[in-house]
Amino acid sequence: MVDFYGRTFESRLLLGTARYPSPEALGQAVARSGAQIVTVSLRRESAAGAKAGQAFWELVKALGVTILPNTAGCHSAREAVTTARMAREVFGTPWIKLEVIGDDVTLQPDPFALVDATRALVAEGFEVFPYMTEDLVLAEKLVEAGCRVLMPWGAPIGTGRGLNNPYALRLLRRHFPGITLVVDAGIGAPSHAAAAMEMGYDALLLNTAVATAGNPPAMAEAFAEAIRAGRRAHEAGLMEPTDLATASTPTFGAPFSPFAG
Amino acid sequence: MRIRLNGEEIDTTAKDLAALIEDRGFDVSGVATALNGEFVPRALRAETRLAEGDAVEVLRPMQGG
Repeated sequence: MVDFYGRTFESRLLLGTARYPSPEALGQAVARSGAQIVTVSLRRESAAGAKAGQAFWELVKALGVTILPNTAGCHSAREAVTTARMAREVFGTPWIKLEVIGDDVTLQPDPFALVDATRALVAEGFEVFPYMTEDLVLAEKLVEAGCRVLMPWGAPIGTGRGLNNPYALRLLRRHFPGITLVVDAGIGAPSHAAAAMEMGYDALLLNTAVATAGNPPAMAEAFAEAIRAGRRAHEAGLMEPTDLATASTPTFGAPFSPFAG
Repeated sequence: MRIRLNGEEIDTTAKDLAALIEDRGFDVSGVATALNGEFVPRALRAETRLAEGDAVEVLRPMQGG
């Protein structure tokens, strides 16, 4: 079970709801992944888009999953705080995936604005899921500010490059044993997800890799299996890699050898 | 009076935020509102007066990652 601010979940896969080829593909992907938490955003209402927007929201509500609203697209702490307040009213949850973009090419989160916005939101009772770079000192500041969940990126959003900095991700895991750690963004293949889980990460947040797959529901299931396998491997205790070979077959009793017994 | 609604210049006769939401046919309980970058809770829309040049944001749930 994975713990997010005192609520526990069986599934360690959090799924984004964007970029699917159809609403049906989204619904089936959520079902086959077993995801119990999905991310959503707030966007400008328009007369033209109102009907489609309403249909989307009805579909998500019908999935019966927990909603994690985001502040995607915000470029300042002020915008992010305002968006979080708006999300709390619409979705009725203190949870917020806090995203403050600092660079438009890489969509890299702005660590300074992220800490500022986190402090403001925690003071208002929000439970913050910060989308962050894998920086250890930033992580310290966010935990000091009240975060019990951290969501370092694997790679820039939508790139599918996997875990760009496994060393730093391992360090975070070792440094924050009691914090729920989620790799968010940049995951492209189930093997990336399994690698993060083997490191001891608590969960994965995915979107593009599932939504833009040839068959999103099948890919959602593949990710769920990889996440389960990676988690089980972590719990089972992985062997330490070594440089030199060690025979796995017993050497005692080996035939034709003058050295064997 | 001219205001900006979701980034677009519009003319409106609405005196307050609640009236604007009503006039534009938005789903009163399904959207969240902000005036000049500050969140305005649903309960305060009726007492939030609009002025020339105000920037209003009306947001609703959408797909997100």
